Amino acid sequence: MNDINMMDSAQISAVINKILPSVKSPGRYTGGEFNQVLKNWNSAAIKTALLFPEIYDLAMSNLGLMILYDLINQSPHYLAERVFVPWTDMEAALRREGIPLYSLESKRPVVDFDILAVSLPYESLYTNFLNALDLAGIPLHSAERDDSHPLVIAGGHALFNPEPLAPFLDAVAIGEGEEVIVEILASLSELPENASRAQKLERLSKLEGIYIPSYYNPVYDQDGRFTHLDKINPAAPDSILKRIIGKLPPPPTKPIVPYIDTVHNRAPLEIMRGCTRGCRFCHAGIVTRPVRERTVDDILTAMESLIPNTGYSEIGLLSLSSSDYTQIIPLVDAINERFAGQNISISLPSLRIESVSVDLMDSLSGKRRSGFTLAPEAATERLRAIINKPIPDRQLLDTSREIYSRGWHTIKLYFMIGHPTETLEDVQAIADLSKQVLAVGKEIIGRRAKVHTSVSTFVPKPHTPFQWVGVAPIDEIQDKLDLLQSEIRGKGLKLNWNDPQETHFEAWLSRGDRRLASVIQHAWENGARFDAWQEHFDFDIWLEAFASTGVDPGFYTTRARDTDEAFPWDHINTGVKKSFLLEDYHWSQQGKIRPDCRGECFACGILPAYNDLRHINPGELWLCPEVTRMGKEK
Amino acid sequence: MKTQRWRLTFAKTEAMRFTGHLDLILTWERTFRRSGLPLSYSEGFNPRPVINLAAPLPLGFTSTGEIGDFWLSDTVTEGEFSRSISRAMPPGLDILAIQEIMQLHGAKLPSLVQAAVYQLVLEKNYPDLPERIQELLGVRSLLRVKKGKEYDLRPLIQELTLISPAGSVTAVLRTRLSLLPGATGRPEEVLNALDVDPLEARINREKIILKPVTPKS
Repeated sequence: MNDINMMDSAQISAVINKILPSVKSPGRYTGGEFNQVLKNWNSAAIKTALLFPEIYDLAMSNLGLMILYDLINQSPHYLAERVFVPWTDMEAALRREGIPLYSLESKRPVVDFDILAVSLPYESLYTNFLNALDLAGIPLHSAERDDSHPLVIAGGHALFNPEPLAPFLDAVAIGEGEEVIVEILASLSELPENASRAQKLERLSKLEGIYIPSYYNPVYDQDGRFTHLDKINPAAPDSILKRIIGKLPPPPTKPIVPYIDTVHNRAPLEIMRGCTRGCRFCHAGIVTRPVRERTVDDILTAMESLIPNTGYSEIGLLSLSSSDYTQIIPLVDAINERFAGQNISISLPSLRIESVSVDLMDSLSGKRRSGFTLAPEAATERLRAIINKPIPDRQLLDTSREIYSRGWHTIKLYFMIGHPTETLEDVQAIADLSKQVLAVGKEIIGRRAKVHTSVSTFVPKPHTPFQWVGVAPIDEIQDKLDLLQSEIRGKGLKLNWNDPQETHFEAWLSRGDRRLASVIQHAWENGARFDAWQEHFDFDIWLEAFASTGVDPGFYTTRARDTDEAFPWDHINTGVKKSFLLEDYHWSQQGKIRPDCRGECFACGILPAYNDLRHINPGELWLCPEVTRMGKEK
Repeated sequence: MKTQRWRLTFAKTEAMRFTGHLDLILTWERTFRRSGLPLSYSEGFNPRPVINLAAPLPLGFTSTGEIGDFWLSDTVTEGEFSRSISRAMPPGLDILAIQEIMQLHGAKLPSLVQAAVYQLVLEKNYPDLPERIQELLGVRSLLRVKKGKEYDLRPLIQELTLISPAGSVTAVLRTRLSLLPGATGRPEEVLNALDVDPLEARINREKIILKPVTPKS
C-alpha cells in the first residue's frame, strides 16, 4: 500500500505548506505551539517519535504522551517529537504528494527516528496505528523491518493484552512508562552504533516490564483455544510484570498549549493513580494498582507553575475517582483560597454519589452550572452488588435532590447494560430510576429539571474479575436498547447510547489473541480507520475481515470462558493474581460485595509483587494498608 | 471592572497562520494570564475576558498589522505593561506597538475598520501581469459570485500595484481593499480576477486602516 518517497524536513515543509490551505483544520499539522520543545537534532543520542494514533485534537489531550514528552526532553541526551495521524483529507493529500508521516516539531520523517513509541490506551486505535506505520513507510510486521527502521515500541492500557497487535510490535512496555522509557533510552545508547535490530531487542528484553512478542509463539488446542506460549528465545521471561513507580514524580508543568481547539482545553494535573474501589467491570482499576497519591503541597506547587507556564484558565484534576483522594476537601479549600479572583476553574471528574461531592462541585464550579454527572452504572441494588458498585437507591436520590437544589438543572446519569446476570427488569429499572431522579428535580426546580441518561454496553476486559464472562449478543443488546428508547422519552429526559456493533468490535480486540492480527490488518487494508468515530466505523469491513481470514468472531465475544481456561494475556502480570480475580468473580455470582480495600487487604497480589518498592515507599504513599505478613505470601 | 484600555498592534506569523479568530482570542487570554496582567472579565454566568480584535484574519494569512484592544481591571504603567506582556508572548505573535487608549468606553475597534492593505507574494512571475492589472483596474464593474451571491469586486479594490521589479522570479503585489460590513474585498478574489491561483500566493495583511476618531472634548 505504501509508496512513500523519503524526503527531508525542508522538502516536507515546502509541500505541506501548499497542501495545508485546502485541508480541514490545518493547524493540526503545523506544530510550533507554545512550550513545544525543538531540540538540536544532531546533539541527541537517541531520537524518539511519540505517536498517538488519533488526530491532533484528541491526541493533544493524552496525558501519557505528555508525560513522556516532558521526561525525554528534559534529558540533554535525548529528544522526543510528536507524531499524530492525519484526518482522511490530509491522509489523501499526503499519499497523493508522496509525503511520509512526519513529526510536528522538526517535520522529519518518522523513519529518521531511532524509536517510534506508540501510546495505545484503547483498542479502537489499532487500525490508525497500522495506518501510521504505512504512512511512515515502515513495514507493518516486525519481522519485515530492518536496521534502517525505528524500533516500534508500544505502551498503554490496551496493551495489557498485547496479543492482537503482537506481529506489528518490536517491543511492548507493560505498565507505567516513566522509569522504563529512561531505561530503554539508556540501554540503547550504550550499544555500539552499528548494533543490529536483533541486538537492540535482546538488550531491551533484559529490562523489567519489556515484552518482545517475537520471542514467543502461541499454541492452541484442537478447539482453537489458546493453551500456552512456546518460547522461541529461551532467555525470554515466562511472565512480564508491569512496571510501576513507587512514588509519583512531580507532574509536567510546561505542557504544550495548542493553537487550535482541542477536546480538553485545560491543563491536566494527575492527583492520584489507581483505585481501590474494585468495580468488577473496571480495567483501569486493576491495571493501575496500587493507589498512590500526590500530596496537597505537590499539587498546589504544580498549579502555581502550570498557570503562569501555560495561561490555561482551567485545570483538570485527574484521577480515576476524585472523591477517593484522601485530602480532597483540604485540597479544594486550598485551591479556592490561593487562586481566588483569578478566573481559574477546576474540573474534578468521577465523583462519588454522595452529598460531599455536591459540596465539592459547589465550591469549585464558579457561577456556571451545566450538568452534574453521576455514574451508578447499574439501576438495581442487586445488579450493583454483582458489579461491586454498591450505592443504595436512596443515596442516589438524596444526592440528586442536593444537586438540583444547589442550582444545577441537569443531571447526567451513566449506566451500562449487558452486565452479567442482567435481566430486562434491570434494564427497565434504568428508565424507572431516571424518571425518579427527574421527579426529584421537578419537585425542586420545576420544569427546568432535566435528566440525561447515557447507556453504554459492558465489554468484558482482560485482567478483571469479569474476564471469564461472554459479551451479550447484538440482538439481545438491541432489545434492551429498544426498551430504553421506548421508555426514556418525554420532556426533561434524554437518552444516549452506543451502537451494539461498536461494542462487539471492542470486545473482539479486548480479549483477542494473535489470530486477530490478520483480521486487524485485513480490515485496515479494506479501509478501516478511525474506528472510534461513528461516521467512520464500518462493521461490515470487520465482518468481512473475519470471514476472509477464517477467524470466528463469536469465539471472542459471546463465548463464556471456562474458569480453568488459559488466557492469551496470562503472561502479562498486572501484579493482581488470577486466583484473586477468579475469587472475586465467584463473589460476584453470589452477589457478595468486596469492600474498598483501603481498610482491609484482600491480598490481590500487589503487595508481594512489589514488595521491594513498597519497602522503599512505606506508609501513606500507597493506600494499601500495612500488612504484617507482607512478603510471606509468595 | 475596566480601568485601562490598551491597543496593541501585532504580527501574526508563520506558527499561528492556521489559528482561527476564536482560538486567537483564546491565545491572547492565555498570554495575558501568563503575563500576570489582570485582564478585565465580563460579568455573568460565563465570564469572558474583554478583548476586541479589529477584524478576523482569514485562515492561512500572516499579518504584520493586526490591531486589538485589551481592557485591564487594574492600572499599570506602559513600562510594566510592555515588560510583562513581552515575557509571555508565544511563537507566532509579536507585538509591534503599544498604546493606551484614554477613552475607556470609546468606539469599539470593529466599528472603526475601513480597509486593509495586503501583500501578495506569488510563487512565480507572469510576464503579462502588469497588463492584467491594468485591465482589471480599467473596468468599472467586475461581477463575481461568492457563496451563491453576486457582488461587484471592482469598487472594493482601492489600490492594486505590482511592487516587484519586472523580470523578478516571483511577483509581489500590494492591494488595498475595502473592509466594511457587507463590503469586504478578499485578496484571493483579486487573484482569481487576475487569473492567478490563490493557492500559489502567500498573503500577508500589512495594515488595517481605521476611521480617524475625533477625540471628544
